Amino acid sequence: MSPVIEARGLVKRYGRLPAVDGIDLTVEKGEVFGLLGPNGSGKTTTILLLLGLTEPTAGSIRVLGLDPLRQPLQVKQRVGYLPDQIGFYDHLTALENLAYTARLAGLPSDEANKRIVGAMERVRLADVANRRVATFSRGMRQRLGLAEVLVKQAEIAILDEPTSGLDPQSTQELLELIRELASEGVTFVLSSHLLAMMQTICSRVALFRKGSIGLIGQVENLTSDVLGGSHMVEVEFENADLVKVLAGAPHVSGLTPLGTGRWRVDADADVRTDIARRIVGAGGALRSMTIRQATLDEVYVRFFEGENHDVAA
Amino acid sequence: MTSQREGSPFAGLSTIALKEAADHMNSIRIHLVMLLVLLTAIGSVYGAIGQIKATVSEDQFLFLRLFTTAQQPLPSFVSFLGFLVPLVAIALGFDAINGEYSRRTLSRILSQPIYRDALLTGKFLGGLLVIAICLLDLWLLVTGLGILVLGLPPSGEEIARGLAFLFASFVYSGVWLAVALAFSTIVKSPATSALCALTAWLLFTVFWPMLAPLIAGAVAPIDPLDPMTAVHQIDIQQALARISPNTLYGEATLALLNPATRSLGLLFTDQLSGAMMGAPLPFSLSVALIWPQLAGMIAALLVLFTIAYVSFQRQEIRA
Repeated sequence: MSPVIEARGLVKRYGRLPAVDGIDLTVEKGEVFGLLGPNGSGKTTTILLLLGLTEPTAGSIRVLGLDPLRQPLQVKQRVGYLPDQIGFYDHLTALENLAYTARLAGLPSDEANKRIVGAMERVRLADVANRRVATFSRGMRQRLGLAEVLVKQAEIAILDEPTSGLDPQSTQELLELIRELASEGVTFVLSSHLLAMMQTICSRVALFRKGSIGLIGQVENLTSDVLGGSHMVEVEFENADLVKVLAGAPHVSGLTPLGTGRWRVDADADVRTDIARRIVGAGGALRSMTIRQATLDEVYVRFFEGENHDVAA
Repeated sequence: MTSQREGSPFAGLSTIALKEAADHMNSIRIHLVMLLVLLTAIGSVYGAIGQIKATVSEDQFLFLRLFTTAQQPLPSFVSFLGFLVPLVAIALGFDAINGEYSRRTLSRILSQPIYRDALLTGKFLGGLLVIAICLLDLWLLVTGLGILVLGLPPSGEEIARGLAFLFASFVYSGVWLAVALAFSTIVKSPATSALCALTAWLLFTVFWPMLAPLIAGAVAPIDPLDPMTAVHQIDIQQALARISPNTLYGEATLALLNPATRSLGLLFTDQLSGAMMGAPLPFSLSVALIWPQLAGMIAALLVLFTIAYVSFQRQEIRA
């Protein structure tokens, strides 16, 4: 895989206040990359820098091998952007809105019409293509925004809070569409507060904190790094000292008491069989045991623990 | 950090200008304002025709009188236009940029392969195009009414003067469109920017003609023992009055539509020696006479557009 986005030492200051403070970022072709972090942590500013919509104070960015500051038109020709709370011209129909941006993108009329029809079908808005956007729901607007990315045949799609305000069904439809496009080679950069959703769709994520990236990597790796394990086993038992029982057990990285006879075991593998065998072997009585994988929410909460900010839902 | 941008700053300009013009042409807001202008224009021209029929026997420039003759209580067509055209321009431009912010369309549009230059200039040109179409329609309507009712076709010079008047009106409208555009860029709320533009309109069309003599009186009081102080005060008053685009437009139309106008400032009797009073100036001299006014309006337009441009370029695009 080759990098389609590369940022090195990226800094953006508003006066003395750094909105983005020394970011290093690489996104590979075909990845679905997630930008996570509290409000004001620098996610949207990073997106604007990638699009050349704002000028970096220092550092360098390459998008598809181009400099967004010097070659913004070429970058924007190949990158689609769906902003948070996307706006359309309400007095125009969905078709007219797409035709306008297609003309701005410099597409010839015939080619634009062909792409628009195809995109509208793909986002399942073909039936309402001639309706004014004023009558569209939030979900329909988001899908129309994605249709715009399709019309452009963007190689990179940057979506800022794409599912914010959508009902569960619309969210699932949008995610499905993103998965389809990603499987066709489109690179996605997603920014969202919906961590459960990000966990299901992103191949890698970056956690932003105060303008810099605090953590970056695959979700499984982050859970190991932050929580000490990607698996959490909750175990309830009697007549045994779990600390002694699990001393030296492989894959176990942490023990947390949850109540009398109840513990949480953090591990980087499924260690249920080993735990059961050790408890029973020590003469204990095992009452229950459940396992679940660590979530991005838990990583997020642990990572930002103690900080005063808007914590994501 | 600075660097040279690649690509034309005007990529997408015509697309934006045509879309803006089409939007304006279809908007109820413009329909209403234009209806107001149309009704007042027809009213004033109708009044002028009645007045001309009743009082004028022979006039080399009878046709031009359609534009300048007033019949109480209606003012002349030119006065109406000077008062109402700014309203049309303000209606076209007050939400040009901040409207994009409030609709949350700005970042989506600017993420297309265009520069901000094209968006701002396209919006300005789109507005100018609509104004040009509206003014041309009005001009043709008045000319047609004149031909129908007076039964006289305009002479070549009258057409030339009429076209020059049309151009002056166009530039005057452009100034007010640039005012509205500048406010739409600087002020975030469309309602507030409309209010700011309307305040500027009221200040310069209604209050400034009253304020200019007061300020001149305070700055250069008249000494009863020195007659030249009165001349000095009038000079200052005129200079102050010319800050208003309304004054510049009024003077330009006066010289264009009334060919007997030989000067737009103070004249001493010795300066008139040898002149044939009431004799019309050739068209070229009338144009030379109004050139400073026209240049002043064009300069104001450019300054205001530059303010809007600089302000827009410095803004952070987050909506």
